[in-house]
Amino acid sequence: MATPLKAIPGPGKRIEVPIKKATGPGDDKIHTWPHLVRNEFLIACAMMILLIVWSLLVDAPLEEPANPTRTPNPSKAPWYFLGLQEMLVFFDPWHAGVVLPTFIIVGLMVIPYLDINPKGNGYYCWKDRKWEITTFIVGFHILWVSLIIIGTFLRGPGWNWFWFWEKWDPHKVEALTNVDLPFLLGVRDETMATIVGALIVGGYFVVGYAAFYALCRGVKGAEFPDFIERWGWARFGLTGFLFLNMWAVVAKMMMRHLLNIKYIMVLKTPYFSINI
Amino acid sequence: MSKWDDVKEQITESEVWKSIFRHGYDDTPRNRILMVSGNVWLHLHPSKVRRHATRLRFTWCMGGITFLMFLVTVITGVYLMFYYRPTAEYAYADMKYLEFDMPFGMLMRNMHRWAAHAMVIAVWLHMFRVFLTGSYKPPREFNWVVGVILLVLTLLLSFTGYLLPWDQLSIWAVTVGSNMGRATPILGHEGPGHELIPGLNNVYDARAFLFGGGEIGPHTLLRFYILHCIFIPLVASLFMAVHFWRIRRDGFSGPAL
Ligand code: HEM
Repeated sequence: MATPLKAIPGPGKRIEVPIKKATGPGDDKIHTWPHLVRNEFLIACAMMILLIVWSLLVDAPLEEPANPTRTPNPSKAPWYFLGLQEMLVFFDPWHAGVVLPTFIIVGLMVIPYLDINPKGNGYYCWKDRKWEITTFIVGFHILWVSLIIIGTFLRGPGWNWFWFWEKWDPHKVEALTNVDLPFLLGVRDETMATIVGALIVGGYFVVGYAAFYALCRGVKGAEFPDFIERWGWARFGLTGFLFLNMWAVVAKMMMRHLLNIKYIMVLKTPYFSINI
Repeated sequence: MSKWDDVKEQITESEVWKSIFRHGYDDTPRNRILMVSGNVWLHLHPSKVRRHATRLRFTWCMGGITFLMFLVTVITGVYLMFYYRPTAEYAYADMKYLEFDMPFGMLMRNMHRWAAHAMVIAVWLHMFRVFLTGSYKPPREFNWVVGVILLVLTLLLSFTGYLLPWDQLSIWAVTVGSNMGRATPILGHEGPGHELIPGLNNVYDARAFLFGGGEIGPHTLLRFYILHCIFIPLVASLFMAVHFWRIRRDGFSGPAL
């Protein structure tokens, strides 16, 4: 919007700049020194005292010298990677160790481009962002953190499950009764099993996308046509993909824990093989 | 005027003093701004900020704590580097040596270790705060992406450091943590599609590239040492510079007035 020349006030008068307004006027600004620097200084002091006391009381671990011929049981990755190590129970290494971390990192990076909700920018609010916040808490706090807790405290020798009060018994043997899902459904032929497995995986995504669509519709109500036009199908597709993959991890974990299912689909070709 | 004020004035009016400190300490609005804009470190901040951005309950100060923990690891890390030799013969002995013979050695090692862990936790909480306040929304989308890169670099810094004590804990944790390298699709010799690259094997694939061989050995120690002490800190510093610059340019997020 061009301002007519006449309307420009003379020197000393305040000029209204509409663009600035959108990012917030500077009215509530206060001096960084002392207001912000003082807080930062106090917090830094408190943190340093905490860290030094902690370091005086608790020594960093140092075990026996490295010995490549003696594998400890259990061997655990550093605690912040135990969520991924725990996923090795449910998925093959290429899936748990490479594909899922890639989805997590890329998924985090694209959040700002998928979320076009203009509300809740720069303040805490639950009402306008229920779905966003719930998804983040499920993915981060429930999945990631609880898997770390399981990996740290509940997995003992042989990566077997031990409750907090149980002793880690290195001779505990767990019967390997895992079967693939198509086998459980009565399919015995290998090729048929692959086809059935692929149909289940594909079906999960088809049904999942439909459910995701219905969810968006339900949440948006009458605004939906307007919303989906602004959001676009590319965003819908990518959000749905990440969302469904997250829930697929939960689903696969449930199937293993409750039904002892190993794979849903086993695909073997002369060139590559993929088990999901 | 007392003797003390006399001396004080002589010092603060001297040519040398004035060449270092450009302005006085009087609490005037002008000085408050000069305190920040005239100081290279404080200049990371704008000279004025929005009121709510100084509140602990808005930022939890988690970005700041992450940065503080990074600085602690840099300083204690340099101290440890004076004593530590990244070779299979000496690494473990040096860990023992710094515990018993090096002044404050164990304290420095403990602080390095615990600050690294604290940094991982703080960066997660920082991300959670930024998510809850919706601070990744325009115009800060790209700074969120830079943040995710910093998160990955923080984890990699911790992970590469884990190997350096060269004890049972470190080599096996790193073995377990890197095993999936073998299973990388196409590039790992046990991954799906590995047949597409002829000749992949235990000593020639993605994990071998990281380890410098088929399993963890002296070559791995040197690689991780250089990644841990030079390469990743440098890259992380560059991204932090971008991160801070962007915060400065975009201003702090906050509710519209
Ligand atoms: C080494 C890691 C990191 C450091 C040292 C760091 C440091 C900081 C600092 C000091 C601030 C100022 C506000 C505050 O303290 O909360 C900040 C803001 C911000 N950080 Fe980080 N950060 C890191 C990682 C991350 C991560 C992982 C993300 C997100 C994925 C992120 C996204 C942001 C965004 C979007 C802002 C602007 C917030 C606003 O304007 O309200 N940063 N960061």
